[in-house]
Amino acid sequence: MGVNDTYSRGRELLIADPVRAALVLALVVLLLDLVRQLVFGQVPVSQFVVLLKDGLMRGLFFGLAGIGLSMTYSILNFANFAHGDFITSGAFSGMIVTYIIAGGFGAEADIGSLALVGAGGSVFGAQLGIGVASTPLAVLGGVIAAALFTILLSLFIDRTVFEPIRDRSGITLLITSIGVAFVLRYLIAFIFDPSRRGVTDSNAVPSTDILVYDGFVSVDLHEVSLLVVSVLLMLGLHLLLQRTKLGKAMRAMSDNEDLARITGIPTERVIRYTWIIGAGLTGVAGYMFVIWNGTLHWFQGWILLLPIFAAVILGGIGSVYGAIVGGLVIGLTMSVSIVWVPTGLARASAFLVMILMLLVRPSGIFSGGSTA
Amino acid sequence: MSGTNDDADGKDDPVGGVRAAAEQLWEEDAVKLLGLILGIFALYLVGGALLDFGARQQVNLLANLFFYIGVFAMLALALNLHWGYTGLFNIGVIGFMAIGIYTTAVLAKEPALTEPAAGSIGGFGLPLWLAIIGGVLAAAAFGGLVALPALRLRADYFAIVTVGVSEIVRFTVLESDFQKMQIAGYFVGLGGGSGLILDFDPTDDLLEALGLLEPYTAFTESAGAALSLGSNPKPVFDSLLYGLILLVFLIGFYVLLRRVGNSPFGRVLKAIREDEEATQSLGKNTRRFKITAFMFGCALMGLGGILFFAVQGAITPSAFRPRLTFFVWIALIIGGAGSTTGSVMGGAIFAAFLFRGPLFIKNVVQQNVDSDAVDTFGQAVSPLISGLDPFPMLLFITDNLQQLQLVIMGLVLIYLMHNRPEGMLGHRKEEASTISLNRPERSTDSPGATPATDGGEPVDGGDTDE
Repeated sequence: MGVNDTYSRGRELLIADPVRAALVLALVVLLLDLVRQLVFGQVPVSQFVVLLKDGLMRGLFFGLAGIGLSMTYSILNFANFAHGDFITSGAFSGMIVTYIIAGGFGAEADIGSLALVGAGGSVFGAQLGIGVASTPLAVLGGVIAAALFTILLSLFIDRTVFEPIRDRSGITLLITSIGVAFVLRYLIAFIFDPSRRGVTDSNAVPSTDILVYDGFVSVDLHEVSLLVVSVLLMLGLHLLLQRTKLGKAMRAMSDNEDLARITGIPTERVIRYTWIIGAGLTGVAGYMFVIWNGTLHWFQGWILLLPIFAAVILGGIGSVYGAIVGGLVIGLTMSVSIVWVPTGLARASAFLVMILMLLVRPSGIFSGGSTA
Repeated sequence: MSGTNDDADGKDDPVGGVRAAAEQLWEEDAVKLLGLILGIFALYLVGGALLDFGARQQVNLLANLFFYIGVFAMLALALNLHWGYTGLFNIGVIGFMAIGIYTTAVLAKEPALTEPAAGSIGGFGLPLWLAIIGGVLAAAAFGGLVALPALRLRADYFAIVTVGVSEIVRFTVLESDFQKMQIAGYFVGLGGGSGLILDFDPTDDLLEALGLLEPYTAFTESAGAALSLGSNPKPVFDSLLYGLILLVFLIGFYVLLRRVGNSPFGRVLKAIREDEEATQSLGKNTRRFKITAFMFGCALMGLGGILFFAVQGAITPSAFRPRLTFFVWIALIIGGAGSTTGSVMGGAIFAAFLFRGPLFIKNVVQQNVDSDAVDTFGQAVSPLISGLDPFPMLLFITDNLQQLQLVIMGLVLIYLMHNRPEGMLGHRKEEASTISLNRPERSTDSPGATPATDGGEPVDGGDTDE
């Protein structure tokens, strides 16, 4: 009965929507091929687990950073292209504080170099021994600074740039946000110099090797930190949205702004809280990504923006849970895809997944059920 | 741009009469464009003269300006077809440019039938004109491939898809697996991260085809000596000649797009921009119109990309980052989306002031100021704070003008979106109609002054002349 049901559903799908049927078929073929490669040892299981772990890390970051994008997208109705540079801003502001604390407020290196995150190769993260285990206070300070600075930055930009043109079309706001992105990105390059720098001390990160079937998979503390921070923040956001009045107001606003205003919801205040929550999460995500990744540079956020867009669209714009799920899907796609495609095309395959998703289901996985 | 009409009663005042005549002349688009471009050239020449530039430097400066004004105006025109006419929010311009030049490069490069040395890659050895046609067709075909499924999407999704596609193109040409391969005995490839060397010379090829290479070379020698351009004057003349070729192409683009805009086809596109459903209800297959318009625009972008990069000597994937797309957008928004003349003006203003201007200023400062800038922002700030000495900061700013230039562009974009989202000539957005849709003005009391502030000028029937 069950098999029959599936079969007839499949046939209906094939007739009603051949494109989608072809995609489903392609997905099934890829999965079978993956199983084949794993069984015949073309891809060692442990190596596959490493890919999964990498994808999970990336996915958590995409999800965490995507929440802010998804919230502003649904409540303010525009695709914020400056979001990637909020990520970079968060990473840089957090790292300034981390460098200053880890550098003993100028005791270990020139305070100016610390405040510029070692611009011009004056100080390196490894020199200061930065890491979650070696300098926990500096990292904690960095997380808080990243959140606070990104919140302030987003509120400032909203007040000066977006608020005056709130009533215009989404496209006008989108183009404006591209302008904001340019200003932020190149201002960061101007102040902190356009070099790529290592900011953590990779020797100071404790790690363990776990035996997985045919090999070892190493897990280090920075990966665990990214996992813990993202999951905690996502849980907190879930509680906020479901249990508080603010969360209810946000959900109401993303559903229907006019109705929300008529019911007496102070929409401008809700918008402010949207920026505060979204930007705070974005800043922390950017900072934790840099801690995990170990390098920092001025166009990091821009590079990450497109996969984040992919995650948000995949999950369904406006859905916080969609952003998380979409982030995981995109993250896993990027890392697992290298089983089939060359490494350089991993990101391309993530975009391809996004484009295909838009074609078969433009409203995303969690369509309709917008949560914030 | 047409000035104010505070002298509405200046009929019997000779100064006012001259002014009205000048305004009327200014209304002519060709005059406007010519005036703008000549003004820009004059400005740069004066700047160069103040710098004691030699003849060679001055000519190079002009050729350089010519080049960037030409390419940005062309690209803005192509984008105007997408956004200004049809309302397609394409932010993947650079991807189509990349397809154009990469196809041309692979088709036109000297063939390599035996395994070439490391770092060099062959092509198919076609004549350049054929390769250019191939590149344009490839860009159009790729545009069709993107448009077929993506045009169903909302404008903002469409934008994200196009920028995603342009990045996919960049990742593909960057990929080392496609760096070198063998097709039908030819060793060809996309060059990977190190890119492709363009072993053709468009100006020489053109002259040779016309049989003018010999007299041209002789001419450059004699003219170079006459103008004291120094030894080996040919490259200077080559760049000038290329500027002229670009000008011819630009005029071609302009005339073509104006004709398209005023044709029944163009009116359907504008109708789609205004209200797609209403257009559908009039029995137009809007999807087909959109795909055709998109492919046509992509072909023009491909050609723009070919003209942009064909003289650079080499192409590398890093040149195809999305920021060039946004440059074209800024040019279009400055000029005013929806206006052909505006697109060209926007391209010229962007190229002259936002794109080349800061670098020119940097050169001016660095030639005149005889000290080195500090390396980091911190070293520039500390004297400013401690001793109120702004000099290191100013030097640092000029030294890093390349980055600040983009900050300025961003600020200009934000300013425009706040205060003048329709750009310079966007108020003349062409209507989806053969006749003006505005109420005819009773303009007997103010002759000679018909400012168009609320969209459109009164036109006496016939074509809307933009």
